[in-house]
Amino acid sequence: MKVTIDDIEIDVEPGTTILNAARKIGGDVVPPAMCYYSKLPGTGGKCRTCLVEVAAGSTADPRPMPKLVASCSTTVMDGMIVKNKTSQRVHDNRGGVVEFLLANHPLDCPICDQAGECHLQDLGYEHGSEKTRYEEVRRTFDPIDIGNKIKLHMNRCILCYRCVFVANQLTEKRVHGVMNRGEHAEISTYIENAIDNDFSGNMIDVCPVGALTDRTFRFKSRVWFLKPMEAECSCDKCCGKAVLWVFGNEVARITARKDTYGEVEDIDGKTGWLCNDCRFDKKDLTKWTVTGPRVINRHSVISQGKYATSIDKPIKRIG
Amino acid sequence: MKNRRLLLEHIDVPGIQGIEVYQKQGGYDTLTKALKNFSPDGIVEEVKKSGLRGRGGAGFPTGLKWSFLAKPEGVPRYLVCNADESEPGTFKDRYLMEKIPHILIEGMILSSYALGANTSYIYIRGEFMYILDILEKAIAEAHAKGFLGKNIQGSGFDHEIIVTPGGGAYICGEETALLESLEGKRGNPRIKPPFPAVKGLWGCPTVVNNVESIAAVVPIVREGGDAYANIGIGKSTGTKLISACGNLARPGVYEIELGVSVEEFMYGDDYCQGIANGKKLKACVPGGSSVPILPHFLVTKTANGEDRLMSYESLADGGFASGSMLGSGGFIVFDEDQCIVRNTWNFTRFYAHESCGQCSPCREGTGWMEKILYRLEHGQGNLRDIDLLEEMNKKIEGNTICPLGDAAAWPVAAAIRHFREEFEWHVNHAADAQKRNYGLIQQPVVA
Repeated sequence: MKVTIDDIEIDVEPGTTILNAARKIGGDVVPPAMCYYSKLPGTGGKCRTCLVEVAAGSTADPRPMPKLVASCSTTVMDGMIVKNKTSQRVHDNRGGVVEFLLANHPLDCPICDQAGECHLQDLGYEHGSEKTRYEEVRRTFDPIDIGNKIKLHMNRCILCYRCVFVANQLTEKRVHGVMNRGEHAEISTYIENAIDNDFSGNMIDVCPVGALTDRTFRFKSRVWFLKPMEAECSCDKCCGKAVLWVFGNEVARITARKDTYGEVEDIDGKTGWLCNDCRFDKKDLTKWTVTGPRVINRHSVISQGKYATSIDKPIKRIG
Repeated sequence: MKNRRLLLEHIDVPGIQGIEVYQKQGGYDTLTKALKNFSPDGIVEEVKKSGLRGRGGAGFPTGLKWSFLAKPEGVPRYLVCNADESEPGTFKDRYLMEKIPHILIEGMILSSYALGANTSYIYIRGEFMYILDILEKAIAEAHAKGFLGKNIQGSGFDHEIIVTPGGGAYICGEETALLESLEGKRGNPRIKPPFPAVKGLWGCPTVVNNVESIAAVVPIVREGGDAYANIGIGKSTGTKLISACGNLARPGVYEIELGVSVEEFMYGDDYCQGIANGKKLKACVPGGSSVPILPHFLVTKTANGEDRLMSYESLADGGFASGSMLGSGGFIVFDEDQCIVRNTWNFTRFYAHESCGQCSPCREGTGWMEKILYRLEHGQGNLRDIDLLEEMNKKIEGNTICPLGDAAAWPVAAAIRHFREEFEWHVNHAADAQKRNYGLIQQPVVA
């Protein structure tokens, strides 16, 4: 199937979504996605940041689609023409969505552990306006305790539902979900239960904002002061392949390996989810074999001070 | 005969709630005959011919919707009746189910026969618990008479109807949210496609229809599709229940032939008999809270000076600039004392409360609009807010998963379009706006 996105034609399998077709092209053609997560079936369609304009539905029916469509949940048709960055309408409406997402966001980036690797920061930088038009009192939620490993900061949540899908798909039973409706909808556990199972830590990795952060890393450091290293260990629960964020000889935190889109990478054909033991309890360099530095996108604030400016090419992985 | 009534024909007969009286008035005859004389496809054909349009609000042709139903082998199909009537200003389904439940049951069996569904559901709004009892009693009566169960009237067709109450959420009136709720999950609308006709309840092909649409199948099969199509005007065929409310002399549920003029409906002796207490008309919302409001000079006449009729086309004449929609038929009338800003705030408060919170434009947008309108209404707004509301509407409309976002944006956009002076009055007369808590008494009707 041939589909044209921003004047670039590409051949994709039937059933591919517009977003994944755009990811095949890569670069700035790719619409941003806050809720879609390719490794978690069923996600997507909620945040509306990936809206694109379909200028022609297909070769058979070349009429344009009247509304902007969510590229993460719309499958391509043969001969479809999609406009993303070339469409003013998309630009305006995406700006609108970002404004809505930021309306009630506390914007407490200076004290947020996610700062530097936050997708909402990137999105706001690209599509947000300089000043907010929101003059009302920002919404707040009562803090709830979901256990000693994960910190839930509901005020920052954009309700992407990814963590709910993680709990549904990776763990044996889900004890948290979305409570209440509309503006008051919140991620919560039933009667303030602690979330306690072997793979719950992955909720932190999938959270695009600072709503779910690592409690063992809370306020320890800023991510851009840390050195990301690829490391392995033998683990019978998970793949045992992670990124260690090192400060001197101390392991500050451990995350899964993420790709360009902030999603957990596939390792040996399987998604590289980490178990809680590897993530929280092995903060010791002697328990890992460091295989090399982790390549971080040079535009990211995390790469600050990591690489010499003269190197244009990404650092080759060792081994 | 003037103004035929098809659904409410026998509404005044005492005891019509019970099956004995209902049968005496010819009830279930249509079903018995149809099971003998019609093939399932034959009924679908009749409904197609009738031109019946969905009575829940969107006005999508019912016959066409039925023909989209996928029919894979070995997979059950379901009919779901959407009785989650929660649109402010609309109360026709409640009336129908409460007063004459058997017409819905008969319609359900007929429609299910046409669609080949052996189980059908009535998803009823949580606040309608007393109607649940009425419907269950009606279903038990129909069972006893052999209109439900195995081998109905010797036709070989089996059918069961299950009534399920919801939790009382407006969003569960959206068909995919309804299905989620029916499955026992949180009532969040699904991402479409796939549409329910392909993958609906428990992943099986499903048709979701409004109470009134399903009830209308009975007269369609009885009279024939062509005869039904002769009633009404143009593509608005048949009769429609209108729930008239607001400042009317005689509010209530009326069954009208589509094509009656708005003038006659509002002022005619057979209908609402004009505005209550001799007041003047200020504005009208002709199709339930989510359709655009019309100022008094656009209610009975279109922008071109033609008479406005109670029909899908005529009410929509002029698009959103000078028209509105028939919607679900919730006809809300405002007299000269009513405050449009207060009313708009009230509607928006409803949508902010009922948004499911799944997609960002609706979740954040409805809440934001509600806060701005609250400030405007209470004399704490500024002129910039009015422009902000207008711009926000454009960002919400069309960008959400389900039509709740549109439904929240349209009334606000229309109120500002037609009554901008009144919004500005609230800003410029902040002290007055703060003092008074009901109606914009000193404001003349803006012509």
